[in-house]
Amino acid sequence: MSILVSKKSRVLVQGITGREGRFHTERMVAYGTQVVAGVTPGKGGEWVLDRIPVFDTVAAAVEATGADTSVIFVPARFAADAILEAADAGIKLVVAITEGIPVQDMMRVTTYLQEKGTTLVGPNCPGLLTPGEAKVGIIPGNIALPGNVGVVSRSGTLTYEVVYAMKLRGMGVSTTVGIGGDPVKGLDFIDVLRMFEEDPQTEAVVLIGEIGGSSEEQAAAFIREHMTKPVVGFIAGQTAPPGKRMGHAGAIIEGGEGTAAEKIKALQAANVPVARHPEEIADLLVDILRR
Amino acid sequence: MKLHEYQSKRVFAQYGVPIPPGKVATTPEEVEAIAREFGGPVAVKAQVLVGGRGKAGGIKLARTPGEAREVAQAILSMTIKGLPVRKVLVDPAVDIAQEIYLGITNDRAARRPVLMASSEGGVDIEEVARRSPEKIARVHIHPLLGLQGYQVRDVALRIDLPREHWKAFTKVAFGLWKAYQASDATLAEINPLVITAQGEMLALDGKMIVDDNALYRHPDLAEMRDLDAEDPTEIEARKYGLSFIKLDGDIGCMVNGAGLAMATMDIIKLYGGEPANFLDIGGGANAEKVAAAFRLILSDPKVKAVLINIFGGITRGDEVARGILQAMEEVKPEVPMVVRLVGTNAEEGLALLKGADMLTAQTLAEAAQKAVAVAKGGEA
Repeated sequence: MSILVSKKSRVLVQGITGREGRFHTERMVAYGTQVVAGVTPGKGGEWVLDRIPVFDTVAAAVEATGADTSVIFVPARFAADAILEAADAGIKLVVAITEGIPVQDMMRVTTYLQEKGTTLVGPNCPGLLTPGEAKVGIIPGNIALPGNVGVVSRSGTLTYEVVYAMKLRGMGVSTTVGIGGDPVKGLDFIDVLRMFEEDPQTEAVVLIGEIGGSSEEQAAAFIREHMTKPVVGFIAGQTAPPGKRMGHAGAIIEGGEGTAAEKIKALQAANVPVARHPEEIADLLVDILRR
Repeated sequence: MKLHEYQSKRVFAQYGVPIPPGKVATTPEEVEAIAREFGGPVAVKAQVLVGGRGKAGGIKLARTPGEAREVAQAILSMTIKGLPVRKVLVDPAVDIAQEIYLGITNDRAARRPVLMASSEGGVDIEEVARRSPEKIARVHIHPLLGLQGYQVRDVALRIDLPREHWKAFTKVAFGLWKAYQASDATLAEINPLVITAQGEMLALDGKMIVDDNALYRHPDLAEMRDLDAEDPTEIEARKYGLSFIKLDGDIGCMVNGAGLAMATMDIIKLYGGEPANFLDIGGGANAEKVAAAFRLILSDPKVKAVLINIFGGITRGDEVARGILQAMEEVKPEVPMVVRLVGTNAEEGLALLKGADMLTAQTLAEAAQKAVAVAKGGEA
């Protein structure tokens, strides 16, 4: 078992004929992911890698291939439209890799998706990896081993750093979920923590947060109330100055709120050991899993 | 992107929010002429993109055109929190009976906009939120339905607004909402929204922040960007699609990914050093972009060492290495460098860098420790 994606996922790539879409489709297929279709408006009838059919619309792709998961590589200005199209075509899980989608677009999209019952991961995220089964997105497959630690993170390469350090210590991952660095997004920490709590394969969870917003504080409260599995954490941005947006649209300390110190305090109060740097997470996990 | 007060108020006015008939000036003589034209007392207000300009002396009342010229002279030679004042807004002064706060911003946890109002206008709203949170009325706006009339009445009631002003308040609230929505704002704020002694409602101040990601569909707003308010290195960085923020330390950092870039700054500090910058070269950076990033870092004379931490995913280690070599040709840096390349094409990248005089590291902790040691003039 794992969460969200497995070898059974039937994946559709929106924006499959673009540079990024094509490159990562190759990587996903090489990893063993079942990529069953692609969509690029105006390019229906073409093929990618000689075996993946391209459709003009998501509805046509779903009808022909039974795709249930979509990964979105389309440019930011068309991304909201692409996510809504996937939801309307009956896709159950949408993973939006695209960076730079206007926040008001995302508020409208998340509101609509909630009504449709569609799950959204991202945007501005690296996607999902269930080691040994499937990857949906851009996480390099070879940096993680299959295992029993769930990973949830707001940051891409920082996640790579952590799961790679775990691999070097012989520790594996059940699923890693990149929820993305935008202020308004689909799944948040709490949603993913709940899934890991219910997943029989997952025995411990790594939570990787960063400055800005209050998702980590809410996650800490959830962990205290509802999690029986051990959680370890890391928060990036302890040295970030207030009022400056640190790359991610969501990573900004506003009005003295959303600082790393507050988040670390909240996690520690929920009995979550917090690593001082990313590689230390692997050490903390070794301690916890040995207990 | 932040808009100036005069820009924000003009946008609000387009959507029906009443504002004073102010004018912008860049010289004391212009200010005097404007004051003469208005024919009464005026407020002269510094246009700078920082909070607290009132406290810093950037807003002054003047009773006569001559006095207006004098205060303008003073204000136009000020620097407020590091930003030189180049423009002032001249508004006719008004008699204020009551000051209200009205703002719309994004509530990221609720995933929708929130309208906030308070009877305690004219002061810092964050201060009100700390001191007496019950004084702020909040209502969430459905992103697909928009603001509703009953929501505005509900807020008016909760802030004890006298009923004779409800009609005017509703017009302002809907104007602000339309301005917020139509401009892709992340903040639209009127503080204070005043009721004058004559019983009129007027937006005396205005503040708006526009979503950078949405500027492509608002060329009129994008043109309003004030480059004076930004660090020149940050402007240069934006040109290359780099995310760069200057800090005070002496260890330059080049990293791919915002979260990892922050974590790299943090670990430098953990081992006793100080980062000189935040720099995310982004995903899939090519050699040219890396070279630009390198020039930015080395343009800071305080930098005593550079730490390059790349975890290849979409970004390829060999591309980064080529960029570093290209930049070294141009800049000829004299400071020591520590490189850590992991992930996609890391071996190829390290092989390319072999000839260059650089320290390498396997882990992030090792890289940070080496950078801190060499920045302090020691051996790694």
